[in-house]
Amino acid sequence: MNSIDYSQKIPNNVNLSEDRRLQRALESWQPHYLDWWKEMGPEGTTTHDVYLRTAISADSQGWAHFDYVKMPDYRWGIFLATPEQDRKIAFGAHKGEAVWQDVPGEYRSTLRRLITIQGDTEPASVEQQRHLGATCPSLYDLRNLFQVNVEEGRHLWAMVYLLHAHFGRDGREEAEEMLARHSGDADKPRLLGAFNEETTDWLSFFMFTFITDRDGKYQLAALAESGFDPLARTCRFMLTEEAHHLFVGESGVARIIERTCQIMKENKTEDVKTFGVIPLDMLQRYLNFHFSVTNDLYGAEVSTNAANSYNMGLKGRFEESKIADDHQLDSTAYPVMHLVNGQFKMVDVPALNSLNERLRQDWVVDVQAGVSRWNRVFKKYGIDFELTLPHNAFHRAIGHFSDIQVTPSGDVISNDEWNRRCHEWLPTIEDRAYIQSLMGAPVTEPGKFANWIAPPPRGINNQPVDFAYVRFA
Amino acid sequence: MDLRRQHLIDPAICIRCNTCEEMCPVGAITHDANNYVVNYEVCDGNGACLGPCPTGAIDSWRLVATPYSLDDQFGWFDLPEEQAHAVEAGALPEESANPPEVAAIVEKATAAQGGRVPPPYSAAHPYVGLYTRDRPAKAVVQGNYRITGEGTETDIRHVVLDFGTQAFPVLEGQSIGIQMPGTDARGQPPVVRLYSVASPRDGERPNHNNLSLTVKRVEGGQCSNYVCDLQKGDEVMVTGPFGDAFLMPNHPEANIVMICTGTGSAPFRAMTEHRRRHGPKGPGKLMLFFGARTPEELPYFGPLMKLPGSLIDVNLAFSRVPDKRKEYVQDKMRERADAVAALLKDDNTYVYICGLKGMERGCEETLSDICRHTGAEWKDISARMRREGRYHVETY
Repeated sequence: MNSIDYSQKIPNNVNLSEDRRLQRALESWQPHYLDWWKEMGPEGTTTHDVYLRTAISADSQGWAHFDYVKMPDYRWGIFLATPEQDRKIAFGAHKGEAVWQDVPGEYRSTLRRLITIQGDTEPASVEQQRHLGATCPSLYDLRNLFQVNVEEGRHLWAMVYLLHAHFGRDGREEAEEMLARHSGDADKPRLLGAFNEETTDWLSFFMFTFITDRDGKYQLAALAESGFDPLARTCRFMLTEEAHHLFVGESGVARIIERTCQIMKENKTEDVKTFGVIPLDMLQRYLNFHFSVTNDLYGAEVSTNAANSYNMGLKGRFEESKIADDHQLDSTAYPVMHLVNGQFKMVDVPALNSLNERLRQDWVVDVQAGVSRWNRVFKKYGIDFELTLPHNAFHRAIGHFSDIQVTPSGDVISNDEWNRRCHEWLPTIEDRAYIQSLMGAPVTEPGKFANWIAPPPRGINNQPVDFAYVRFA
Repeated sequence: MDLRRQHLIDPAICIRCNTCEEMCPVGAITHDANNYVVNYEVCDGNGACLGPCPTGAIDSWRLVATPYSLDDQFGWFDLPEEQAHAVEAGALPEESANPPEVAAIVEKATAAQGGRVPPPYSAAHPYVGLYTRDRPAKAVVQGNYRITGEGTETDIRHVVLDFGTQAFPVLEGQSIGIQMPGTDARGQPPVVRLYSVASPRDGERPNHNNLSLTVKRVEGGQCSNYVCDLQKGDEVMVTGPFGDAFLMPNHPEANIVMICTGTGSAPFRAMTEHRRRHGPKGPGKLMLFFGARTPEELPYFGPLMKLPGSLIDVNLAFSRVPDKRKEYVQDKMRERADAVAALLKDDNTYVYICGLKGMERGCEETLSDICRHTGAEWKDISARMRREGRYHVETY
């Protein structure tokens, strides 16, 4: 069941060949997907040989298979994690019932919306990152970018499979729309705001994979608890791929910090711009930006939609099964931050309505842990500096802090003061210009790295750091 | 001392993504707010966590007398240093620690280097004779592949042995003994045969408790046929490890000149692979002279051709290629006389010869000629190199 059938046009471990109608539908979507990849995927890369990880089965033995692949030939397919015998719905009104293999009619539209929103982010990030290859700091990093890209593409496949298999004509139309919307397109933008910003430079890419892909991890983890079993199994397998994306982001920023610290130590200076590396205050501004816009992806802190999805058994909490409570939340409360008379206070709200905020808080803990690991690099170099996460209410466009202005340390300020001082806290035009000035021609000699980033401590799949991770035709 | 191999996670590299914990079928992996950790009591070494780890942090192992507890591991920011084990000191007497029957073989093999030569000063301390004829290790065959061309007379095999949870630490240049089952014609257990390990210290596959051998099928050879016929899953009795001098230097400045024929390449594959994995950037050079009849009969020809020139300077000599002049390793050494002479002048250069009995004589003559051309005297150089553990010969 779990081995992937590669003899098919669409590799899969869902016995696609036994459902001719579905197979035909997906096979007619496939060329549209490939057209999209060629038009909107990584620019000018179709002939590169890239040392990529491809799943050859969905169990632990087979899904990390490494070899050179031309990206348009990557075997995008449909892989679901191994089914769990006699799995029961773990939360909500249906708690204790057997999980659904088909969509319950009354939840059809809610489920379709959840899957569409998740699916839309996947091709969006590929589009956002499509120009980055032209300024790559090394072959190692270029390869990591492409790995992230092909796996985001595969995540789109995962969602499109669910739409085609379980939502009939509506689902097929949603699948087409996934390819018709484009990141930043004036007429047909992607569904979520953060996915319409172009990823202009590698610092943004690393911050994005560290912070925003981590939102992906938490969303997928919540959907992996779903009572709709095909969705749960799909998301469980996607999570294993997502881990690599987080690694790219965390280690990328860590290597930038390492390089800046080296220069500061060697030259006994904080004025590192003359040495062509990234100043620490600029890193902090990028962190503030990416953290705050990703906060918005969780939606309103208090949300009826979130309550409904939970109650219906469609989307759970992070690590639902490890939480010791009744998993129904009918009569429990959860503290959520509000602004009360000019002061931030924790206010109890019904737990069921606070699920977005709860997931966001779980995510913050995870982000903070990574930031603390970055801060260990400063310590190692004896540099008195720490990166910090800004206040929850800082620079928000969604939720109940969207109409106030707040500093990173949590002081409420006037719009005037915000306009005067926001350049202290968010990347400025000059910051972005400086970052782009560092990232000029691509570095494509094996083992060489751009000046602004340190090499990684080890290569991919135990290969040496100077391995030819990408070969150009 | 009873040493155990403990599976750990490197907290300096781990990104706490939870994939390993999710993947582990026996629930051996858990975490707190600081670290992901492996429970020694529960981990059965099934390896399900290794492939999915995005960082490689999961692929960390330590030989321990007392396994680290979960609480130990929760408190770490880095992996602890390797523990020093009493067995190292105890197993390394001044003279060779090999058991008598092994010592006899080794003495014969190293005769050409002119007596016992000490190991390089920077070599890692070897474990010797952890497993004996009375108490052998049990290895399981993980694979047995022919690495010479089909249709050639030479049948050389790449055999991978896995040691499961038994501690079997080896260094590049060491050998192991294969103990055939049964008894010989006189009712005695068959004589032990030694095979050089062809994989580096951290395993044929990095950080796995396995090793590989390069074995040539010899007509009528009892043990070589036994090994060459092993099937995946077969159990093999292994003694050793043996060898405490023919070891590679660990300092990154060391140049290693490797001269071999046929399966004599095994220790050099190990040394090269160790450098490739752990220190390809060091200033020290690797230079290989390797002879075989034809490219099809040269073990590891394919993989060898893929190694980057920045890692190793490869010089191959073929003696039976139709319509081509016969070439031997000495010819290649003469072609590269300038490079060899420059290396011999460097106190960081280590020379190793391994292969068929008799090849050492031609090599010595060639080295002598090369020195003479630069006005140096090989006799003096080689005496000093021997004293300093920089000249090693093993021929069978």
